[in-house]
Amino acid sequence: MDKKGKSMKLKKGWKVAFTLPLLIIFFIVVIIPFIIGIGYSFQEWDGFAKHESIFVGMQNYFEAFKDLRFLNAAVRTTIFTIISVVTVNFFGLFFALVVTTKLKTRNIARTMLFVPYLIGGLILGYIWKSVFSEFFLSIGWGNWLTDANKALVAMIIVTTWQLAGYVMIVYITGIMAIPGDVLEAAQVDGAGYLQTLFKIKIPLLMPSLTICLFLALSNCFKVYDVNISLTGAGPNNQSEMFSLNIYNEIFSLSNFGYGQAKAIIFFLIIAIVTFVQVSATKKKEVLM
Amino acid sequence: MKKSSIGNIKIGKISINTLVVVVCSFYLFPIYLILTNSFKSRSQMYENMIALPKNFSLQYYISALEKMNFVSSLRNSIIITIVSIAIIVILTSMTAWMLVRSNNKLSKVIFSFLVATMLIPFQTIMMPLMQEMHWIGNNIGIKMADSIPGLIFMYIGFGAGMGVFIFHGFISSIPVSLEEAAIIDGCNTWQVFWRIVFPILKPTTMTVIILDVIWIWNDYLLPSLTLKSTINRTIPISTAKFFGQYTISWNEAMAALVLTIIPVAVFYLICQKYIVKGVAAGAVKG
Repeated sequence: MDKKGKSMKLKKGWKVAFTLPLLIIFFIVVIIPFIIGIGYSFQEWDGFAKHESIFVGMQNYFEAFKDLRFLNAAVRTTIFTIISVVTVNFFGLFFALVVTTKLKTRNIARTMLFVPYLIGGLILGYIWKSVFSEFFLSIGWGNWLTDANKALVAMIIVTTWQLAGYVMIVYITGIMAIPGDVLEAAQVDGAGYLQTLFKIKIPLLMPSLTICLFLALSNCFKVYDVNISLTGAGPNNQSEMFSLNIYNEIFSLSNFGYGQAKAIIFFLIIAIVTFVQVSATKKKEVLM
Repeated sequence: MKKSSIGNIKIGKISINTLVVVVCSFYLFPIYLILTNSFKSRSQMYENMIALPKNFSLQYYISALEKMNFVSSLRNSIIITIVSIAIIVILTSMTAWMLVRSNNKLSKVIFSFLVATMLIPFQTIMMPLMQEMHWIGNNIGIKMADSIPGLIFMYIGFGAGMGVFIFHGFISSIPVSLEEAAIIDGCNTWQVFWRIVFPILKPTTMTVIILDVIWIWNDYLLPSLTLKSTINRTIPISTAKFFGQYTISWNEAMAALVLTIIPVAVFYLICQKYIVKGVAAGAVKG
């Protein structure tokens, strides 16, 4: 036994038999396409096997930074992500605080608020499409999905609706972990509800907040399903997000190489943000 | 002074309870909207969209069932979800256990590699993945694109990182002594894993199952790229086709949406406890 008490003696044959099947599948499905994808991003190709692809070096990448439709989608996605991360976490934390009180209705509230997350982005988008188009028309508010700005607001509303219940679950776990005697001590010292909230609960919820910010961030930045079902990039591609832009470039416009370069840029942004986030969290944990 | 404030709190609590229920009901208003209008006739719907239906007509449900190929989509979704998850659970728990128990340099490298690749967004590999799957079909003769087994194969690959990650975390906390005792009693490695280790993993297995159900059941982009034949469609695909193909008759569309929610609602009612626990555990670990 080693010092950690984790390992044991195992025959090599068993090691291979237990791990190799999964690793082979993983290699075929994730690693090979990732590597080929990098290669594609340096080529110009329309996706037809018979047509030749031309090596163009970094040209696809340079072109992406001059492509207004792409840049607009990237900026739009960033704005959408920042606003949604705030609204998702605001409502998620608010809901969590409500359903962890001693109210009789807390359990039914928790159950209801979590429903949207389970339904899945595509179906949610269609459900809300009926609200923003048919229902809004019927009450005289006009169709929000034919107006570029309102369509973006609609995207934020649906995303918030979808994810608030999700982060609520994480906040609930965090609130439950706050030791009861800390809250009692505060009460004895005469702290009111708001004081307890801002001086004790929220500071103690910082680890949950970090997790939820990151969950919301990665979910919102990669948004695709809600985009395609709710607005379908319309009107006039003015609500097209990053993911859908990549999809359209490759599969609708048949610019396989160029679209793949965008996909690699997409990966790099996510990798950098995650790296920054992970290292920031680690530093914080040391400080605490 | 004290008594009156207690009285106030009580009145306050009753009204807060009512308020909470009202707000939550309002929260689910979109679902109410599609539910109520799916039973109405067209003219009734445009008269007043919020009103309850005067008579319950199932005509839109019947036509939606047919246009969506709902029964066959439901069957495909169930098969794909169950088979993928069964294989993911088996392979990732075995791999995670072996990686923890080997505890050498190679196993650490493999583990870090699996976790790091969870970062790769699907959009980054979707196109080359499709090229590769078509290539396998053309050159090796195994049909991967537009085939349900092919899709399941891809789900196993995409589910590998998260499954191994979650199992790995839990297995690291189990002491090895029980397994060593089993070996002394004459179990071989296969038996040790399935008789001793796997039963202990049950709570973690539930977490992996719940997270994968939510992901695979609702997944749209990957199946939309591979499953082109009508008979292979899953529920999200047939919903998207339904909304894309016809000039939308909203009553029928709403009936279709209600149909797609029913399986999710059943799943939620049966497994609510596990779902909430699993999602919380998965989020914290991710």
